[in-house]
Amino acid sequence: MITELGHFALLLAFGVALVQTIVPLIGAHKRWPGWMAVAEPAAGAQFALTALSFGALMWAFIVSDFSLQLVVSNSHSAKPMLYKISGTWGNHEGSMLLWVLIVTLFGAMAAWFGGGLPPTLRARVLSVQSAIAVAFFAFIIFTSNPFTRLATPPFDGRDLNPLLQDPGLAFHPPFLYLGYVGLSMTFSFAVAALIEGRVDAAWGRWVRPWTLAAWVFLTIGIALGSWWAYYELGWGGFWFWDPVENASFMPWLLAAALLHSAIVVEKRESLKSWTILLAILAFGFSLIGTFIVRSGLLTSVHAFANDPERGVWILMILAFFMGGALILFTLRAGAMEARGVFGMVSRESALVVNNLLLAVACFVVFVGTMWPLVAEMFFDRKLSVGPPFFNAAFTPFMVALGLILPIGSTIPWKRGGVLKAMRPLRYVFVLALAIGGLAYAMQTGQSLIGPMGMFLGAWLIMGVIVELIQRSRGNLGRLMRLPRADWGKATAHAGLGVTMAGVAGLTGWAMDDIRVAQVNEPFDVGAYTLTLNGVQEVRGPNYLSSMADITLARDGRVLSELRPEKRFYPVAQMPTTEAAIDYNLARDVYVVIGDAQQGGGWVVRTYIKPMTNWVWIGCALMALGGLLSLTDRRFRVAAGAAKSHRETVPAE
Amino acid sequence: MKRLALIVLLLASPLWAVQPDEVLDDPALEARAREVSKGLRCLVCRNESIDESDASLARDLRILLRERLVAGDTNQEAVDYIVERYGEYVLLNPDMRGANWLLWGAGPLMLLLAGGMGLVYLRGRAGQTAAGDVPLSDAEQARLDDILKD
Repeated sequence: MITELGHFALLLAFGVALVQTIVPLIGAHKRWPGWMAVAEPAAGAQFALTALSFGALMWAFIVSDFSLQLVVSNSHSAKPMLYKISGTWGNHEGSMLLWVLIVTLFGAMAAWFGGGLPPTLRARVLSVQSAIAVAFFAFIIFTSNPFTRLATPPFDGRDLNPLLQDPGLAFHPPFLYLGYVGLSMTFSFAVAALIEGRVDAAWGRWVRPWTLAAWVFLTIGIALGSWWAYYELGWGGFWFWDPVENASFMPWLLAAALLHSAIVVEKRESLKSWTILLAILAFGFSLIGTFIVRSGLLTSVHAFANDPERGVWILMILAFFMGGALILFTLRAGAMEARGVFGMVSRESALVVNNLLLAVACFVVFVGTMWPLVAEMFFDRKLSVGPPFFNAAFTPFMVALGLILPIGSTIPWKRGGVLKAMRPLRYVFVLALAIGGLAYAMQTGQSLIGPMGMFLGAWLIMGVIVELIQRSRGNLGRLMRLPRADWGKATAHAGLGVTMAGVAGLTGWAMDDIRVAQVNEPFDVGAYTLTLNGVQEVRGPNYLSSMADITLARDGRVLSELRPEKRFYPVAQMPTTEAAIDYNLARDVYVVIGDAQQGGGWVVRTYIKPMTNWVWIGCALMALGGLLSLTDRRFRVAAGAAKSHRETVPAE
Repeated sequence: MKRLALIVLLLASPLWAVQPDEVLDDPALEARAREVSKGLRCLVCRNESIDESDASLARDLRILLRERLVAGDTNQEAVDYIVERYGEYVLLNPDMRGANWLLWGAGPLMLLLAGGMGLVYLRGRAGQTAAGDVPLSDAEQARLDDILKD
């Protein structure tokens, strides 16, 4: 019964979405207030209905309703409750429903908090947002209906892929989707502004919180996914340049660019057409990401639905929205004449360079991801493009970005001088160089990655400190009174520095050891001594496990007891490794247990990974910076001011 | 789906990444083998190098590579030997032959192009006078006052 209600709610939501797409758009064109006003309650209703539908599906997973095809394929009655719930979106159909739920959530939020927008713009934004929802509702209903019943329900389900039975699944996809789909909001704003034919500073201010929110969620989602892969996959990699990872990384890069160019629109009324284009492309890349994950076109560790027919659907959705928006863009480019005037050396120019580097870096990732396909189709070569390519082709852009960031963020608007901006930074620049040099002198390997990362990290973090001192002119009270947006900027930029240092330390200085360890025979890895105390068989709720007990010590002092596991999931017939990790700020010791050997002893793999946690602490700082900016007073003040403005000026 | 089934089959008898019995006695040679195998793809896996992979094919490739290195091949010769047998698909780092220059050149070329366009734009901005600035309308001025007063 609940299943049928969920199914019905889904169909109703589809209907509401159709109405919300068409009626307000006509209303805005004809200036009919009644028709425009339809958008607001429709957006709320659409969200409520989709939430109901999603809740019904989740209920089916919770009570293990094996009359639903989807539950049979992805659940098992013995599975822990957390994974029953998160299993709702651990499959193609359920994750699409989550996706569209978030589309409608953003639509509803724009309706609830968009009181300050001019009525025509708001009607058009909501209409475009709803058009996106229509496309995905149709996709779900016609190709991937999660509510398909089975005529003869089996006794039990086939269980969820064991790699997905992890708290990571509960948080990683929802955050990622909030980010991906958040970009649909900036897309809707861009298209609405193009229909409206007006892009001004106010538009820049309205669109920035949405971009910021999407970027914050994407940052959290990507970092969670990377952390999850790090501890779950069993060899301690944190980034694989896998097509699906790239699919989430490309929108992140473009959203970061958009965030910065929207500042120029807001403050200086320049870069308008570029910002609109970025907003369109950023959402385009999230659609491309969806396409990559679900079409099976590119092989990846993530693929959960390799169905070419669904791929064609998503390709059509992509073509419709990108094609339509880009045609509109070329028609209306004339309406977006820049107004601000600025010198060659200025904050505006620095932000243009920032956008240039981020956008070209995104382009490099895109070409690398798609190249195997292009090479096979046009040049008849079956080849791979893997991490070595991306590391070589992508890293230079990030290095350049890190180099210019502290200068660019302190240079004045309109007109400035590089040397003048450099003056307060010169001591920290020398200090950062010294830190990099020290790292180079201390390391034994020949790789330059480590020292380079230490230099960049130090340069970025100390650059932020200098900027804060400069802005407060050494006055603590003034420092505390700086706008939140300034604190957000400082935190996010420092976070980037921390992440860069972490990535460099981890890539440059990691070491590993592979051996057959005998019980109670200590062995050394680097400065650490490990002792295998024994391995015992343990029975989990839905798996069997060989759990090792390993003592980690340094200079005779015991640091921790590590319990790496090797699990086997009988229902899914799949083994997994559960690494045991001793975390701290300087390094992770990462231990994995392998097979028992014929002559006695067990295979033990030990990795020492310096500065790993810096990667994720940096990401957390970036996200925190975004949140701080989001709570800045200016966004709220502008919303309030616009509201009073609306009553005095009739709609044009 | 077929590929997935294959992987599940291969995984059912677990073999973990580099095994202790594969490790060469000569540490310098072993270090070279690890380095080279990070750039070779496990052909039946999804985007994993043979150094990371658990598949038995990856193990065969690791052993083959080590045999070549022990036989006195340079890194390049060993890689060529494997590419000859398994095809270009095995290389995670694509070479620059033929059309691949497009892949490697895409970033630098785009940077030049976009940099040129950016420069033209910035020069245009710098050259303009502020004459294009339209003064605020009354309504806009009132709203500005409103915001500033707040």
